[in-house]
Amino acid sequence: MITTKHTLVALVEDKPGVLNRIASLFRRRNFNIESIAVGHSEQPGLSRMTIVVDGDDAKIEQVRKQLDKVIEVIKIVDITEESSVARELALIKVRATPSTRGEIIQIVDIFRANIVDVAVDSLIVEVTGDEDKVDSLIELLRGFGIKELARTGRIALTRGGVGPLLVEEPKEAKLFRQPSRPSPEEAESPPDW
Amino acid sequence: MKKTGAQILCECLVKEGVEVIFGYPGGAVLPLYDTLPQYPQLRHVLVRHEQCAAHAADGYARATGRTGVCLATSGPGATNLVTGIANAYLDSSPVVAITGQVATPFIGKDAFQEIDITGITLPITKHNYLVLAAKDMARVVREAFHIAGTGRPGPVLIDIPRDVFQQEAEFVYPDRVDLPGYRPKFFGHPAQIKKAAELINAAKRPLIIAGRGVIISKAFAELRELAEKAQIPVVTTLLGIGCFPETHVLSFGWLGMHGMAYANKAVNNADVIVAMGMRFDDRATGMVSAFAPAAQIIHIDIDPAEIGKNVRVDVPIVGDVKNVLQALNEQVIPNEHVEWFNQLEQWREEHPALTIRETDALIPQYVIRQIYEVTRGDAIVVTGVGQNQMWAAQFFFYDKPNSLISSGGLGTMGFELPGAIGAKIGRPEETVWCIAGDGGFQMTIQELATIVQERLDIKIAIINNGYLGMVRQWQQLFYGRRYVHTRLWGPDFVKVADAYGIAALRVTDKKLVTSAIEKAMDYQGPFLIDFVVEPEECVFPIVPPGAALTQFIEMPQEDKVSPPGQQQRGGK
Repeated sequence: MITTKHTLVALVEDKPGVLNRIASLFRRRNFNIESIAVGHSEQPGLSRMTIVVDGDDAKIEQVRKQLDKVIEVIKIVDITEESSVARELALIKVRATPSTRGEIIQIVDIFRANIVDVAVDSLIVEVTGDEDKVDSLIELLRGFGIKELARTGRIALTRGGVGPLLVEEPKEAKLFRQPSRPSPEEAESPPDW
Repeated sequence: MKKTGAQILCECLVKEGVEVIFGYPGGAVLPLYDTLPQYPQLRHVLVRHEQCAAHAADGYARATGRTGVCLATSGPGATNLVTGIANAYLDSSPVVAITGQVATPFIGKDAFQEIDITGITLPITKHNYLVLAAKDMARVVREAFHIAGTGRPGPVLIDIPRDVFQQEAEFVYPDRVDLPGYRPKFFGHPAQIKKAAELINAAKRPLIIAGRGVIISKAFAELRELAEKAQIPVVTTLLGIGCFPETHVLSFGWLGMHGMAYANKAVNNADVIVAMGMRFDDRATGMVSAFAPAAQIIHIDIDPAEIGKNVRVDVPIVGDVKNVLQALNEQVIPNEHVEWFNQLEQWREEHPALTIRETDALIPQYVIRQIYEVTRGDAIVVTGVGQNQMWAAQFFFYDKPNSLISSGGLGTMGFELPGAIGAKIGRPEETVWCIAGDGGFQMTIQELATIVQERLDIKIAIINNGYLGMVRQWQQLFYGRRYVHTRLWGPDFVKVADAYGIAALRVTDKKLVTSAIEKAMDYQGPFLIDFVVEPEECVFPIVPPGAALTQFIEMPQEDKVSPPGQQQRGGK
């Protein structure tokens, strides 16, 4: 079975426990999260989640559908196939001696990363980019000795247009609102068998 | 007007049309109990264990199609509800569970009887709430009932801290719910429905598999129209039993592990399967890779996540079964499938699954059949889980929806008695038979007290074989007859019933079965019959776990006799 990394983006209501619901769903359904990143979206009261999941198409479809069933999830789309910009950020504390510092700075420049802190025996490098770029920089710096590493998950936006998470008012639900409960008369009469 | 949280809750319950609450009081819900007498239209049924409050609400919901309500206090009260909530979740039963919680200042402090019930029930509820202020109460209750009862129904839990019951707030009943993330799709996609109709019209060996979704969406007439118009045989799932009259000429029983051999053969040979309101549970499909190898599958379900979850689907249709079938029936042409039908009839003759072996011994199949005969099928049967459940499903013919109430997905032993309480309260005019095993009955036996206190006229049949029968059967067939810890001592059930003030009889002789059932039916009030049956009787046919549906094991040949079931089958 071919498994690929999929990027799902979800618009969720900013309510307590939402992240827990989603994390719990992944555990319960035996899905594997590669990364998850949560933050405010452009719409007040709504957060945007970017979830990277590894799996075959059928599994990803299940992940998407199950997440969509969480009441607070307003919309969820798989943007893997779409043209998009994806970024990660990493902070890397790397060992640096007077003799290696120059070499590290050169590598950092090539990656257009930044040095955000300098100490006697270490540097903190900040890098943003797609996963491959961050991976390669980490790989190159490993030789100098990485003392600490912090990495965010992927965040992503599709290129151009209004974006797949635009929430339009549903026409169907407005036209045919199913009654949530029987009217009092109905409730009193025996059900229609 | 200002009202307390407890009053707002009660006002909302009345507005939702709630007529009964199954509950058990305790410290955290005392403010609510103190308020209940102000609302005499809310009947409270005191159970003897909170698990049974949830089961009774579930049984009530299944019998009536309305949302059942259960109520428990914080801590152990709430955790005791868990099995019942899970049971409702797996069988898509609309239940609103209300739990008390410690007062808000104590939350997170491991206070007395504090438990994180919203955390615990996260994976077994459709949604749950912790109400932190009385001003949110009306909105939450409105949303909870909306979520529980619409789309694919399911349980919703509302956890309410003690001080929120006492807090005052302005009571405004929300006239609409605003849940942007919850919009079940009720109407199928026209293009998909067209595709399905084309498949059905061209099919040579079509088959309908109807599940509980047909009952939930009340699509009985639509299902019948489809089956009769295009002459498509119908098999149901265990929980779908009753959605199509079992005595109808197009009915071919139910599929799965203990389903009829001819139903399983039909599934295996069909070229087009119209699956509706069902979820391809492993007990129904057998080995998934060998399921319906020749068929193109049309799957109609309101829950998109069920489509393609377990089996591959060729034409998915997300929508309410009733609406989808209405649209589909317009495009399906009248048809005949004589050859296919003859083939099925031939299989039915070759594999008469509903055989009762000829013997003087008291066998459970005979007991169930006699209950069917005496009641003329006009009863609600609530079963336990295990052999008693399968026999009750096999040897009783269900022509009306919701006449069989049984724990399917979770398989909860002990569901029978509280489930029957809920069913009887929901439909008091109906005869309710609780069919229990001696194992499951001992799990919730304390509810006999509830039956007496509430004066419920429930008839109870214990299929008493002195074993945990279904497990014993597996040990016999798959574990070399090593009956490890399945021999079960039970009390004298007649004396137990007597102690509770319930009339009871013990039957050990086959000749006395019918008269005992008649006596129970004639008796005004609850009646218990302890049927001491053959201890090592097995449920046949059985598809061994993990095997394909066609690899069923039938009753040993020498035991077979002509099936009395066939005589019951009427015409169209």
